[in-house]
Amino acid sequence: MMQSRTPIYFALMGVLILGVGIFESWNNALFVLNFGLISAIMALGVNLQWGYAGLFNVGVVGFVALGGLSVVLTSMAPVSPAWEAGGPRALLALLVAVGVIVAAIMAWKKMAKGKVRGLTVGAILIVGFFIFRALFDPAVAAIEAVNSAQEGYLGGLGLPVLLAWPVGGLFAAGAAWLIGKTALGLRSDYLAIATLGIGEIIIAVLKNEDWLTRGVKNVNGLPRPVPYEVDLQQSETFLNLMASIGADPVTGSSIFVKLCYAALFLAVIIGLVTLMQLALNSPWGRMMRAIRDNETACEAMGKDVTARHLQIFVLGAAICGIAGAMMTTLDGQLTPASYQPLRFTFLVWVMVIVGGSGNNWGAVLGGMFIWFLWVEVEPISIFLVEIVTSGLAEDSALRDGILDRVVYMRHLTMGLILLLVLRFSPRGLLPEK
Amino acid sequence: MDFLNALVAFTNFVIVPASAYGAQLAIGALGVTLIYGILRFSNFAHGETMAFGTMVVLLVTGLFQQWGISLGPLPTALLALPFGIAAAAALVLFTDKTVYKFYRRVKAAPVMLVIVSMGVMFMMNGILRMIIGTDDRRFADGERFIIRARDFKEWTGLSEGLAIRTTQVLTIVVALITVALLFWFLNKTRTGKSMRAYSDNEDLALLSGINPERVVMITWLVVAALATVAGTLYGLDKSFKPFVYMQLLLPIFASAIVGGLGSPLGAIAGGFVIAFSEITLTYAFKKVVTYLGPDGWSPDGLVQLLSTDYKFAVSFAILIIVLLFKPTGLFKGKSV
Repeated sequence: MMQSRTPIYFALMGVLILGVGIFESWNNALFVLNFGLISAIMALGVNLQWGYAGLFNVGVVGFVALGGLSVVLTSMAPVSPAWEAGGPRALLALLVAVGVIVAAIMAWKKMAKGKVRGLTVGAILIVGFFIFRALFDPAVAAIEAVNSAQEGYLGGLGLPVLLAWPVGGLFAAGAAWLIGKTALGLRSDYLAIATLGIGEIIIAVLKNEDWLTRGVKNVNGLPRPVPYEVDLQQSETFLNLMASIGADPVTGSSIFVKLCYAALFLAVIIGLVTLMQLALNSPWGRMMRAIRDNETACEAMGKDVTARHLQIFVLGAAICGIAGAMMTTLDGQLTPASYQPLRFTFLVWVMVIVGGSGNNWGAVLGGMFIWFLWVEVEPISIFLVEIVTSGLAEDSALRDGILDRVVYMRHLTMGLILLLVLRFSPRGLLPEK
Repeated sequence: MDFLNALVAFTNFVIVPASAYGAQLAIGALGVTLIYGILRFSNFAHGETMAFGTMVVLLVTGLFQQWGISLGPLPTALLALPFGIAAAAALVLFTDKTVYKFYRRVKAAPVMLVIVSMGVMFMMNGILRMIIGTDDRRFADGERFIIRARDFKEWTGLSEGLAIRTTQVLTIVVALITVALLFWFLNKTRTGKSMRAYSDNEDLALLSGINPERVVMITWLVVAALATVAGTLYGLDKSFKPFVYMQLLLPIFASAIVGGLGSPLGAIAGGFVIAFSEITLTYAFKKVVTYLGPDGWSPDGLVQLLSTDYKFAVSFAILIIVLLFKPTGLFKGKSV
């Protein structure tokens, strides 16, 4: 629902970004814009879960990271020596693992209740685990031994990188389906803890399974959907264009690349918001809000609340996965160690709450505004500290001490903003109705 | 002989560290469970509260070391502990006054309070980093070992050594004292009884003239003490790094839920269940298996079920299993 103040707030947001461009540099402004758009998509995903359905997901970081993984698996060229060394064996081992788990679940469902059932399922799982390890460990060792300084992993499928975005959504959706299937029937704060756990586990897998992601060694040089700066600087047309508007080709090329990304991201976000607005105003959206506001009444009306919750949980996670894939594409590298819950889970929550939960425009605005603050709080505080301490000597210990600590202002500011919004305007900048 | 060696190796690498870790988790989980019982929300800022108390302990320890005050063989941090508890208590009481109180008055939904606690977490996190930064710090001093591996070998003539660190024994002793005090307080004193009454049935407690604000205040004081003790013991045993304390949130929540949210006894049991499973599943059993197997034979691999990097996966798996089969936890907890 578009309110009269929505365009005003978005215009102000635009002014803030223009301000970054004028006071700092246009490169920075586009950096804030691009990451702001990605953050807005993450916020849309969480808003779908929380704002539409009241599901408390604190595992956002895991879904975002799965999106990042999808970029590597989709777009990097396959490492054929590594595949020859152990690819099929590793895949076979993973299939065995899936088979064992399915067999255990089947046994649990089919067999009669009692000790025998427990023992059988336990035996299937334990024996299965050892078979899996026996197959998996040598395969992983073989893969990681292949040129471990540059490769040592299986690589991807070598497909166009844009394909990784929907694939990232699918990865996240799959993980969300698994977690939702187990935890959604339970109490709400159990879901929170369960998602917190799945987030940590996904990050642990990305950090430690070197055969898949190169772990903390990072995957660099991911393909890009837009031209490279170097190529632009050598292209005749581009140089002519820059000369005609009188711009420096080096800065110009980097801004041009960022603008291309911004255009792609804008296309995605417009598509998503349109879909979500349609969904929100459809009978499905009304049902979801009804479930959120009164589960018992909806169950009495014959709605399958758990199934609807699962559906919306999976959809929301998929959106976070898409955002994760977009972010890794923009970064051009996968750095598993950079996925921190504070930055990717709790910050996204601040975005949703500040923007206004239940309102898609609010989520987009919150995402961009909070990201702007997250980036700009530091330079602004440094600027302020420098003014306040301008009377002190350049090498004053007090001044240095304050400047060292200003880096952490952003955490304090985010907490303060969240608390202030919750206290004085709990429905956010753009309330639901 | 080989059997004894295997036993000693197992004790040295699994039982002793897991007991210490279990005690730390248990005290941490007690804090979470008390807040859940009385204030009825899952406090995401608990890791930060632990880190804050520990930070003050660490800073005061530093001061004492400069002044030459020490406890001889025991870590100086024990002397600094009361200061840490006082600081943490001041912090949580201040947070309660400025933040949480309002939501109690408007009777906000529990999930709202969880989100509020996320905001508190962010702010505490910023304050922590501003004061002490993000570095890894050790602040244990005094005697490092109670039993050294070499001495143990000489005494017993076994080829496997057993080392027990002062901090490990200290953890257990302090944990026992803390838990005994807590249970005495909850079961024997009038205030403790009113806390339990409030936790069991709020309306009935209010009817019998219990002052809710007083109950809440005392809960925060107890929680601050528990959090600081847990954090300090963990920091002494391992090291102090703010980021690690935030990551402890998952095993601590898992302990509290596995035991049954709201049940103090459950929190303790949960802490030990989680700690023992984490360490047993991530320990490389090569040594133990070598001793137990036939002479001259040793396994090829490390005989490690899971890499230590997946210890969070263990707490998570136990959590899920318990939730699926016994949703209220091992000791009947609350379900709001």
